[in-house]
Amino acid sequence: MNAHRLRLWAWIHKWSSLVCTVFMLLLCLTGLPLIFHHEIDRLLGDTVAAPALPADAPRISLDRVVAIADAQFPGYRPMFVSQDVDDDRIWYVTMSRSLASEADLKQAAIDARTGAVLAQPRLQGGFLNFMLHLHTDLFAGLPGKLFLGCMGLLLALAIVSGVILYAPFMRKLEFGTVRRGKASRLRWLDLHNLLGIVTLVWALVVALTGVINTLADPIIALWQHDQVQELIAPYRGLPPARPGSLQRAVDAAHAAAPGKALKFVAFPGTAFSTPHHYAVFMRGATPATVRLLTPVLVDAQTAAVTASRAMPWYVTALLISQPLHFGDYGGMAMKIWWALLDVATIVVLLTGLFLWFGRRRRAAARQETHGLPVRSAPHLAREGNG
Amino acid sequence: MTAAFRRTWGMPLLLGVLTAFGLLAALLGDGIWDHLSAVALGIPVVVGGWHSLRRPAETARSRNGPH
Repeated sequence: MNAHRLRLWAWIHKWSSLVCTVFMLLLCLTGLPLIFHHEIDRLLGDTVAAPALPADAPRISLDRVVAIADAQFPGYRPMFVSQDVDDDRIWYVTMSRSLASEADLKQAAIDARTGAVLAQPRLQGGFLNFMLHLHTDLFAGLPGKLFLGCMGLLLALAIVSGVILYAPFMRKLEFGTVRRGKASRLRWLDLHNLLGIVTLVWALVVALTGVINTLADPIIALWQHDQVQELIAPYRGLPPARPGSLQRAVDAAHAAAPGKALKFVAFPGTAFSTPHHYAVFMRGATPATVRLLTPVLVDAQTAAVTASRAMPWYVTALLISQPLHFGDYGGMAMKIWWALLDVATIVVLLTGLFLWFGRRRRAAARQETHGLPVRSAPHLAREGNG
Repeated sequence: MTAAFRRTWGMPLLLGVLTAFGLLAALLGDGIWDHLSAVALGIPVVVGGWHSLRRPAETARSRNGPH
């Protein structure tokens, strides 16, 4: 690589990382507790457990479940009914005052066999929800998400340009060299290069899947526009449905998607359904398909299936981006590696910041003593050799 | 693949492939695949931690150290 191209990449690396570093530090720090949110919930006693009953204990109708939830939160309307992948004994009914807004959500966890209200999980407030907001939208809604998405793109650019700069720095060094002489600067540089290259693939995956996650709302809106609107053409001009039996709708969805399991149901009128349909989201039953969803749109009044088709590629990309960003799909060992990779990324960000500060200070000192102009572009050969 | 390329990129490529394998194995499989994923993801972490934290005395002995 010639000196000019090198300087260009150095310039890209410097500015792409400088702009996003503060936000990336915030995301790394707030992301750390989120990796362990299940464990923290358990510690705080915020988990829901179903009492042990015979495995073949009969289940109550979903219409009963919804009625029980309704009685818990007068004035609220059901939005979603969902189920954990690994525990089908509990229904979670999420409710709000207005179906169009997620500003004031309530939730009831209801035993699928007895109808007992097991808990009212808090969807707002608390330490983890605070971290989650800082991590996803800076308490600024969609604009906040899109802003963090842009920062994530800059981080991806910083990572790619960093990889391009790695080779010239390392030409004369063995992998893993960390020089610890009198110049702490060399140590920062070597640690930056070492941990940067070690975390490369992980950081790139987490950055890009994070960017995709920031686009969740627009992606769902696109799916509505692209796939759902045409299905409700026959309903045009009709008033929104008064939802009929949920149990019949779910039964119809199971019949339309054999071999799949229920993930969640969106009530008519939410962003995930239509004004006239229950949208029953079915998932696959194998590890490779468990995150892939097939929405079955069921007429809310007649319980007739209007459509059942797999999600388009862009929603599938979102669904696969979620676990790859959260690190919650490989058990405790994966979470620990995830946390350590996150810490390593913090070190890369901080050492990068130190290097930039140190360089500015030295450049200023040089200018004072020699009257030389401050060069903004790094400086490779000299530092590579110490 | 020249010797120089291998020296610079051999280890980063190996760690990158291990990371990618680890990320995908647990996503697409369960049971044994989760364990393989844990091992594959752990190697880059351990390698990075080892080189970051080992004692300076050992660094001084490395062939290409600046001392």
